[in-house]
This record gives sequence, C-alpha cells and structure tokens, in this order.
Amino acid sequence: MGEQLLQLLLTGLTLGSIYSIIALTLVTTFNVTGILNLAQGEFVVIGALIAVSLQGTGMPMAAVFLVSVILVGILGGLLERLTINKARGASSLGMLIITIGLSISLRGLALLIWGTDTYSLPAFSQGGSIMIGGAALNPQSIWIFALVAVTLAGLYGFFEHTFWGKAVKASVYNQTGARLQGINLNTISLLAFVSAGGLGAAAGVSIGPITMVTYDMGFMLGVKGFVAAAIGGLSNVGGAVIGGILLGILESFSSGLISSGLKDAISIIILLGVLLIRPEGIIGAIRERKI
Amino acid sequence: MKNMSKGLKRRLGLALLLVISLLISACSPTKEADVKSTTASANEPYKIGAVLDISGNSSSLGVPERDTLLMMVEKLNSEGGINGHPVDLTIMDNKSDETESVLAAKTLIEKGSLAILGASSSGTSMAMIKTVESEKVPMISLAAASSIVEPTSDRKWVFKTAQSDIVMINKIISYLKKNDLNKIAFLYMNNSYGDNGKKAITAAVKDSGISIVAEEKFDANDKDMTPQLSKVKASEAQVVIVWAIPPSASILTKNFKDVGLTIPLIHSHGVGNQKFIELAQGAADGTLLPIGKLSVAQQITDADPQKKVLESYIADYVKKYNSEPNSFGGYAWDAFNLLVSALEKAGPDREAIRGELEKTQGFVGISGVFNMSPEDHNGLKEDSAVLVKVDQGKWKLIE
Repeated sequence: MGEQLLQLLLTGLTLGSIYSIIALTLVTTFNVTGILNLAQGEFVVIGALIAVSLQGTGMPMAAVFLVSVILVGILGGLLERLTINKARGASSLGMLIITIGLSISLRGLALLIWGTDTYSLPAFSQGGSIMIGGAALNPQSIWIFALVAVTLAGLYGFFEHTFWGKAVKASVYNQTGARLQGINLNTISLLAFVSAGGLGAAAGVSIGPITMVTYDMGFMLGVKGFVAAAIGGLSNVGGAVIGGILLGILESFSSGLISSGLKDAISIIILLGVLLIRPEGIIGAIRERKI
Repeated sequence: MKNMSKGLKRRLGLALLLVISLLISACSPTKEADVKSTTASANEPYKIGAVLDISGNSSSLGVPERDTLLMMVEKLNSEGGINGHPVDLTIMDNKSDETESVLAAKTLIEKGSLAILGASSSGTSMAMIKTVESEKVPMISLAAASSIVEPTSDRKWVFKTAQSDIVMINKIISYLKKNDLNKIAFLYMNNSYGDNGKKAITAAVKDSGISIVAEEKFDANDKDMTPQLSKVKASEAQVVIVWAIPPSASILTKNFKDVGLTIPLIHSHGVGNQKFIELAQGAADGTLLPIGKLSVAQQITDADPQKKVLESYIADYVKKYNSEPNSFGGYAWDAFNLLVSALEKAGPDREAIRGELEKTQGFVGISGVFNMSPEDHNGLKEDSAVLVKVDQGKWKLIE
C-alpha cells in the first residue's frame, strides 16, 4: 500500500507539473494585460507541433526547443497586433471573446497543417524512469519542474528588479496613472503576448513526451490550467504553481484510490467550489492591490 | 470605453463578427469530408454514404478507412461501376462524436443514400443504430463491440465487419489456458469499446478457472495511467489485458514499462496499427495481441483462403498511398465489397440490399471469411484472428 501511495504521489506530481506550467503562462498574461487568454492552450499545442516537425528534420532537441519558443513567441506577438491591439479599449468580456476566437482559429490552423494524427516527442534525457522507494518517476517531469522553477525565478527577477517589470506592474494597477508616467501600454501588451507564446511553446515541447501531441488537446490543457490558476487565485504566480500541483495530486489519488471515472469531475468540482466559496483562491489571501 | 473612437468601435465590431462566424462554423454539424462525384454515365449512380471518425480521438481508425474507401470507389468506377451504375460515395466526418454521428447519418439518409458504412468506433456506431433502424437503411459498422449487431432481433438493419470482441477474447483465453495464466488484471477504456470488452471478458472467464483479480478503467484522453497500473502492481495478477485504442493504449504501454511491471501485457485488436507501436516509442516490444491476418499477411501460409485477397489489397494500397494498410482499412474494404456484392444482386432497393447482406456466405474478405445469417450479422469466427507479438516494432505471428 505504501508503495502504491508513493507512486500515486509521484504521478500526481508529474500531472501537476504539466498543469502548473500552463497555469503559470495563463496567470502571467492575466497579470500583465488583464486579459484571460483562452488561446493559451493552443500556444502550447502549436509549440509542441512545431517541435514535432522540426525534430523530424533531425535537428538536436535543444535547438528544436529554442526555435519553437521563438516562432510561437513571434506568433503570439503577431496575433496581439492583429487582434488584441486593434480592440484596445474593449471590455474584458470582449477581449475574452476575442481570445476564444483566436483559440478556435489556431486549432483550425493546426488541423490544416498537421492533420488529426497523434505525434510523439522524444524525452529530453535518455533512460527509463527513476525508481524512488519502489515507485517510478518519469524523468521528463523533472525537466518540467525545472522549467517551472526557471520561469518563476525569471518572472520574479523581471517584476521586482527591472525597470520594465515595474512599469508592467504599474500599468496593471492603474492604466491611466501609468500612461501619465510615460509608460507605453502598447508595448507592454505586445511583450505580454510574445512571452505568453514563447512560454506556451516551452511548456508544449516539455510536456509532449508525456502527453503526446494532437491538434485538439489544447482545450483540455487550457481548462486544467485555468482550474489550477483559479485555485491559486488567478493573479498569484506562486499560487498557480501550487494550484497545479494540488490539482495533479488530487486527480492522481482520486483515480488511483477511488475511481478513474471521477478524475475530470473532481477538477471541475474544485473549480466550482473555489469560484463559489473563495473566488480569491484557496492558496492564502492575496494581498490587496494598492493603487 | 467612453472615449472609444468610431473607427475602433467599427473594428471591434468586425472582430466580434469574425469570432461569431468562427464559433458558428466550429459548432455547425459534420462537414462533408469528400464527395466523390462520378464520371459522365448514362446510368443513374448508386448513392451510398459513409460516416467515419476522421478527426478526434478515433482518427487513427477513421483515416485509413476513408483512404481505403476513396481508393475502392475510384477503382470500381473506373472499371464501370456496379452493373453499369457508377457509385456516388459521400463520406462524412463525425469528429469521433456520437451526436455528430447521428446527424451525419440523418443527412446521408435524407440525401438518399442506399446504405451507410460506418462508423469507425463502437460508440459512434451504436449512436446511429436507432436512426437506421427506424429509417430502414442498411448499415455496416466498422467497429468491434458485439452489441452493435446483437441482439439481431433489434438490429435488423445493422451489420458489421470488424471481428466481435468475443472472437478476440476467445483467442486470448485459449492462449491464457495454454500458458497456465489464470489471474488476470483487466484495464479498459471508459467508452463503449472498453465497456464491451469488459462485458465480453467477464462472460468468457465464467467457469473457465480464470479470475479477474484487478479491474481498472481510464479515459480516452488520459495522459498517465500509472495510478491504475500501480493498483495492478499491488495485485497478484499474472497477466494484464488491456481493451483500448491509441493514443491512450500507447501511453499505457509506456507507463507499464516505467512502473517496472514484467508480467505479460496483452492488448486488444484496437491497437492493430503501426501508430500504436510508433507512439509507444519502443515500449510496445513484447506486447501480445489478437489481430486480423492483414498485418501478418506475408507470414501466413499460402493455403489460407484469405492470402490472395490480403496481398491484392496491400498491393493496391501501397501503390496509391505509399504506405501499408492496417486492419481498420481492412474493415472498410470488407464493408465496401460486401455492400457492392449485395448491390449487384439487389439493385437500388434498401430492403433487398439488407436481404442480400444477410444471405452473404463464404465471402472472403480482409478480416476473415464472412458467413452471415439472420442470427449473426458479423459472420466471423475465431479462425479470422491470429495472435501476434510486437517484435522490434513489427508484428510477428506466434502460432
């Protein structure tokens, strides 16, 4: 029994690492632009699919990773210029609908280019799973955690220690005030989508070896990422990571100990519960925004 | 919002319009994947329809089926069609969705299809049964679950070409008995393919001395089956039997190796395509499964009645698509040719076509030799399957 519990925990961590990285990208865009980007899951998928194509040309995995991140970053920026930027001033509901449109268009594009096939991506490091006390841990999930950690550190450094990071924070708290201080909101929104694209692609290439890649998996990933982000309070970067891991572990334990049929139901029930009872997230109270 | 200029408003309006039209196009029912129109001919074409899982979860089934049908109809029409009548085949994509499947079937029937081929998977096929039964249109499913054609009293108009689960389960049970394995773990997909496999195996192990010591299910789009496998590991199972299709079947196979299970792993015929091996990235080696003879056509003896049919299908397919066909394409080959031979005798009359399909005897197809009867709308027996092992990424006949 002990071994089984440990296995479920490790599996939960693997799933959790996937959910956290997606939640992290969602929260970053939300923090910076105030837009809940429902096309985030599609960025992840397109990144992974580009990696599948690049990898087919025999390029080394590190180069595949970089090129995919850059290409999807550019795609994110392009889409921001073509849609979000054009609709600047629209209500947040309007923005939300635009991102839904983007998500559907991107899924269609992926379908046209890559078809309905399922693809696999090679793991970053060779060798089988790591055995810990009789339970197996997929080494790829360590890479995903590394990515989460690097992203967290990067975000922290950016927001706390650079001029631009502070400018971004200021613009979120008070757009008019920021503009009066000479901060260019235009550039900040572009920057946010470029990094959402790049981060999404990085997540896609990292989770591909575990989840496999199909053109239409973005939606479910987006939903799970959203649930994880909501658990963490939607604007809390650390909360998103913890929310993702919590969700992964809950899913793993519920399917291992109760019934596998319950897995998706559980995440949706958690989401409803959080939204109804504690819309500010269950991971600690978030500091009040000071304007 | 107050200071939003007119131009911006107009542009926003345009963007919203675009989004709405995208939403509508995404929600609209099944699209027509391809319409094979006919060459000029004096004779009225015979309209037939197909509903296949071309996109979505079961696309690895639907795509080879579509390719096979397109190839067959082209060949048939270039050879003059059926008694001089060209065949007008409409293929619809149900996106692996049960509701879409019903809508597609209704559209085809309204357009005057004489018969419907499909759908590719058990769930999407089951969904269409009520419609074809009430509209009295012959349907030939390409899916495995026996409940698609049973009980035949409620399935007057429904036939199927894929071997029923019970045919495959019996193949597996005889292997288990031969190797003295009597404690099994059964893992299955949470959909009608998996459920029917579970029903079939529960019935088959009764009074056989074999017991199911662990039973777990998972969803078609699950990304990790380690929790289920960890339960199996904690049980005293001597063999694991899995009823699923890729990609989840491939993920499970990878996880199986990862958690360090060393007992034999037996899959169902649902993984009978190269994609399963590819996605499992080497983990599939050593896996056993019952399968139709197509995948091991070169390895079966010349005395086998199916050998010639198999080789000609493979040759045609490779010539057209430059890749090997798989069992799923074979189900479509069988369904198409069964329908063509029924149409030859019956002409464009749904009732007569149904009658001819039911009378089919000794029809040598890709999945086996079909002998239909009013009690058996599948017509395949245990001899239509063989047991194979995955050996260095290839199927290897083991009996």
